[in-house]
Amino acid sequence: MVKKRLVAVLILRDGQVVQSIKFKHTNVIHADPVHAMEAFNKWSVDEIVLLNVSREEESRAAFAEAVERVSKHCFVPLAVGGWITEVDYARELLTKGADKLVLNTAFADHPAFVEAASKRFGKQCIVASIDVKRDDAGVAHVAVDRGRRLLEETPAAWAQQVRALGAGEIFFNSVDHDGARKGYDLESVKAIVEAVDLPVIAFGGVFTWSHLLAGIKAGAEAVAAANIFHYTEQATRKAKTFLANAGVPVRSEGQSLAPVRAAG
Amino acid sequence: MPPLGVVDYGMGNLRSVLNAFEEIGHEAELVTEAEAVAGYDRIVIPGVGAFSQAMANLSRSALDEALDRHVAAGKPLLGICLGMQLICRESDEDGTHQGFGWIDAQVRHFPPAEGLKVPHMGWNAIEIARENPLLREVNSGADVYFVHSYYVDCASAEDAVCTTEHGVRFASVIAKENVFGMQFHPEKSQNIGMQLLRNFATLH
Repeated sequence: MVKKRLVAVLILRDGQVVQSIKFKHTNVIHADPVHAMEAFNKWSVDEIVLLNVSREEESRAAFAEAVERVSKHCFVPLAVGGWITEVDYARELLTKGADKLVLNTAFADHPAFVEAASKRFGKQCIVASIDVKRDDAGVAHVAVDRGRRLLEETPAAWAQQVRALGAGEIFFNSVDHDGARKGYDLESVKAIVEAVDLPVIAFGGVFTWSHLLAGIKAGAEAVAAANIFHYTEQATRKAKTFLANAGVPVRSEGQSLAPVRAAG
Repeated sequence: MPPLGVVDYGMGNLRSVLNAFEEIGHEAELVTEAEAVAGYDRIVIPGVGAFSQAMANLSRSALDEALDRHVAAGKPLLGICLGMQLICRESDEDGTHQGFGWIDAQVRHFPPAEGLKVPHMGWNAIEIARENPLLREVNSGADVYFVHSYYVDCASAEDAVCTTEHGVRFASVIAKENVFGMQFHPEKSQNIGMQLLRNFATLH
């Protein structure tokens, strides 16, 4: 049986690991992403997602260099995203050690590129990042361009669309839940899980280990967090042990020996 | 320790494999030309992508014949993911295509089944079916990282030294004399993966 994955997300702005709150990035967590990577290695996280949230397109080259440095220490799958809109840059990131490409705005603005990348590198290489934002009435909309532009499609319809364009996996985030410590937008996670047969990675809002469990119960194949994993010693070990104790099948490596209580 | 040769034949990214050997302290070099193969005691064939394209690329550069000679000379060879499938006799991927045939096995697509996701992607357990020096200090039930839509079906159970369950029970590690294959990605399977690569690099 395929295990449920625990994913650590590193959000990079201008080469530094930053905290993300509702898609705003102010606090620097690590000056060097390699330090974060080394900790996650020791704690046996199952997968790493490295995202470039720099505001300028010119950040591409420095991000590719960060991918290369992190991948040297990353012996679990590494997914990378941000400012990927052409095949040459996609290939450069893969050559530098990335295993998967996380694409968001490209699905809306450069669909031909997405299809070409999926054909060339395989669906397993294409992770569709879907960000959801709720309006005042609480209706969930798909947001692209780092949360700034809303699409007409519902999250479920957009999930089907990205699948048709060649996505092999979905990385879900919510602008409202990001950094808000209230757990995932479970309703949207469920809507996407029910709409497509792709594995869904839930992200955005984790503050207690029980939030991870709720993501799995909503149908996610993998649960991701950023801030909490950086600020808690042995974080991913504790999280994995919590999930194992709750009956979730997780990778045996990285479970600590003593049972832990839910944080928060 | 002399360096290992990692065959570069245009099928996917080899950086992770080189990084992993560097991490465990074994030098590894890319091999792109047929003439270079004879200079290595141990060869690794990584790779992701389509089976027929892989065999065509190997044939075009005459690497296929050089690899045949390497195996015939009794030197160790490890195929990873697509590389493991190339070791087999035949694949059903996009028609029927011949592999190296060093191990008598058929490469098949996962049969459709309710609730079964293909590709088989993620961490799954390897169950040790037979002892092998490649598995030194690896426990049965260890989780490793898979990404594949086709699986290896060995003609002889003797050759399937580890198996994994994903709708069907398939051979996840194969071994026959000096030829070895791993369906998963040891370079992405953290400590267990590093141990398996170390075992291959230090086989007697």
